[in-house]
Amino acid sequence: MFAQSEDQQVFESTSARFVESQYPAERVRALARAEAVFEAPLWREAAALGWTTLLVPESAGGGSLSGNGLADLLIVASLFGRHAAPGPLFGTNLVARALGTWGSADQQAGPLAEILAGDAVAAWGHRSACTATRSSTGVVVSGRVRSVESAADARYVLVSVDEPEGRSHVLVPLAAPGVALTPLKGVDQTRRFWDVTLDGVTLPGAAWVGAMGAAAEHDDELLDVASVLALGEMAGALHRAFAMTLDWVANRYSFGRPLNSYQEIKHRMADLRTQVEAAEAVAARAASLVGSGSGSGSGSGSGRALASAGMAHVGRHGPEAIQDCIQLHGGIGVTNDCDLHLFLRRTVLDANLYGSPAEFARRLGRLVVAQGVAG
Amino acid sequence: MSSTADVPADVPVEEFAARARAWLAENMPPADPTAGHFFFTDTSSRSDDHDLVRIDTCRRLQRLLHDGGFAGICVAPEYGGQGLTPAHQAAFNRELRGFDHPIEIQASTFIPCMAVLLEFGTEEQKLRHIPPMLKGEAIWAQLLSEPSGGSDAAGALTTATRDGDQWILNGSKIWTTGAWYSDWAMCLARTNWEVEKHRGLTVFALPLRTPGLEIHRIELLNGSVEFCQEFLTDVVVDDRDRIGDVDGGWTVMTRWLHHERTISGGSPYVTSTGRSHNAPNDGPRLAAVARELGTVDDPRALEIIGEARALTLVSDALVSSVTRKMQTGELPFHAAAMSRLFSGTSQVRKAALALELTGADGVMWEPGDDQRAGVGQSWLVRQAACIGGGTTEMARNVIAERLLGMPREARRDDGAFRDVPKGPR
Ligand SMILES: Cc1cc2nc3c(=O)[nH]c(=O)nc-3n(C[C@H](O)[C@H](O)[C@H](O)COP(=O)(O)OP(=O)(O)OC[C@H]3O[C@@H](n4cnc5c(N)ncnc54)[C@H](O)[C@@H]3O)c2cc1C
Repeated sequence: MFAQSEDQQVFESTSARFVESQYPAERVRALARAEAVFEAPLWREAAALGWTTLLVPESAGGGSLSGNGLADLLIVASLFGRHAAPGPLFGTNLVARALGTWGSADQQAGPLAEILAGDAVAAWGHRSACTATRSSTGVVVSGRVRSVESAADARYVLVSVDEPEGRSHVLVPLAAPGVALTPLKGVDQTRRFWDVTLDGVTLPGAAWVGAMGAAAEHDDELLDVASVLALGEMAGALHRAFAMTLDWVANRYSFGRPLNSYQEIKHRMADLRTQVEAAEAVAARAASLVGSGSGSGSGSGSGRALASAGMAHVGRHGPEAIQDCIQLHGGIGVTNDCDLHLFLRRTVLDANLYGSPAEFARRLGRLVVAQGVAG
Repeated sequence: MSSTADVPADVPVEEFAARARAWLAENMPPADPTAGHFFFTDTSSRSDDHDLVRIDTCRRLQRLLHDGGFAGICVAPEYGGQGLTPAHQAAFNRELRGFDHPIEIQASTFIPCMAVLLEFGTEEQKLRHIPPMLKGEAIWAQLLSEPSGGSDAAGALTTATRDGDQWILNGSKIWTTGAWYSDWAMCLARTNWEVEKHRGLTVFALPLRTPGLEIHRIELLNGSVEFCQEFLTDVVVDDRDRIGDVDGGWTVMTRWLHHERTISGGSPYVTSTGRSHNAPNDGPRLAAVARELGTVDDPRALEIIGEARALTLVSDALVSSVTRKMQTGELPFHAAAMSRLFSGTSQVRKAALALELTGADGVMWEPGDDQRAGVGQSWLVRQAACIGGGTTEMARNVIAERLLGMPREARRDDGAFRDVPKGPR
């Protein structure tokens, strides 16, 4: 759906084959009830397909297909959405992006290399409330990081902490003494989250990622990237839910007519089709702009504006669209037997994980206001 | 003034854009950032004189574009155009940002009228009609909708009866945007009542100031009097002004309606930036309103401003993606109905957001406060965005039936048109 160049099309078809064979709907359903969803050997295979390197510059061991690695990765995100596939795709790529862009040579030779090879999984601690104090040997971090994806399977979590020079990033090994995990339950049964508490976790001075005091700005950049990935997943999930529903209304009869012969149903399908197209369009444009570092402000050339617009719009209308697909299915729609819930769960998670649609609207609103009358 | 009228057809887009940039800077006046759009935002305080001044400005700006070699970029040189590609027009439209341009005459003159002439006009018709359009000398209107119904365009009752080399037209057309200041019109009329409705229609071109044609003004909810109703009584049209075949009007209409839908974006014949910083109820305009009201830092205000801006950005992304996919053949041309639907519903939502932002200050204002008047007035008339250019219901029909292949609606109009049930007029 998002592949443009020939390279991207090859990448899309090999990635699609992998996702389809590993995560047919029966398997996703089985994983929903399983204790653990992560499978290390499978993730290594995924890394071999190129899923971990796209957001990392070549100089740091990565590389993209099209020159815009985020546009490439959008292809995988949308496949995840289409199949409601599990896997630490977001966190791993976000941390790889952070280490590849701002990490030290040691961090790139160590943790980043492990991540690129698929040996280590990582998480972005975007809901961090932590503080740090300097010690003679390094830094001591305490606090709580909420909603950390794959924390039990991950080796590293990127956390922003308040310290005397402002807000800065540290890379915390999850095996470090003082780290405790509380598992969470949630709407999406195959993407798993933990609250992470850090109680006097002692790290070496080399654990800082990026310039001191730069975490707020860097988190904002990571939020743009995360938004694009979430938009890709939502677009993929919407695409599938719509296709299922189009088929359903053609084959289900009432009063001697197929459902799709009723104008009310036709009009709702037309609205849904248009929302699917809008989601794909804004995801693609946001990926193109965020991935190439384009623009600023609230204009149509600004990556941040497009990523926020996408999250505000698709975040609000995407989950609603899938609820409408459920409505059009009737009773079967609200059961576990109908696959629609897999896409509903994935979409509503993506629409809220990084902030509600309203929060993304305010983020865009602030860009508009900051631009003043001349924007 | 430098002229580029002799650009070769294979001029690279980049070079053309650079030339356009230089030419615009030297010749085109800047856009007035406070100027409103014609129909949806302006207040009733505007007079006809004011509108006529603006229409004259449009004619002058169009002439300027023409003489500079930038009118009809995708139109063949023999008709006064530049013979270039949609990519050149798109590049020019990008360069146009920040400059005044004849936005108010793009619809209906260039789309659908010029676009339809290019597809269906005879050589003689194209040579006669297109150059004056491109020079700003002829503004065109569309005589399509009738008092008996606009959605069912093929149900037109206005009748053209042949009389030798001429046709005699009788009937009434309505909702014609700008007919009162326009020069020419494209008109759909019934030429055969004895066959199925689509097979008895013919399209004509006719001058709007002609014996037997009376134009009345209609006032919209926001006080705008752009719209007109025309009464045609024995109006004589030459057969050489017939566009397409006799009784072949529906073939023309299919493309006419398609071109009309591209007003939300994607037409190669439209000279426009496609977005206006000052567009009604878009984020920047709402931010200005909130500043005036002192609520700009309110979380709810920021949310409203952001949602409005999001709708614009998503709509832009949708329109350009659909346009590209129609060009590559990934989507059929009926897909333009998605752009039409999304831009209609999002404009309606933006009007609602604006009113939510202002509350009491949007339902009353001090005389002359155009900012706040714009909110209330554009809210009142907001459904026009889902009606004009074909309703959003019709767009949904097109998406469902043509794009998704869902069953067509049952019809009761497939016999001779004379016998088709019609409402009381
Ligand atoms: C801003 C603006 C500019 C316009 N400019 C022009 C112009 O320049 N020239 C011109 O000729 N006309 C113009 N129009 C008229 C416009 O094209 C018609 O108003 C429109 O096509 C609807 O026709 P109608 O008003 O007769 O409504 P109707 O066709 O009577 O429709 C009434 C309602 O019924 C719905 N409806 C009708 N048929 C169906 C169906 N089969 N399925 C479901 N719902 C249906 C419609 O969507 C609408 O909601 C303009 C209108 C506006 C608002």
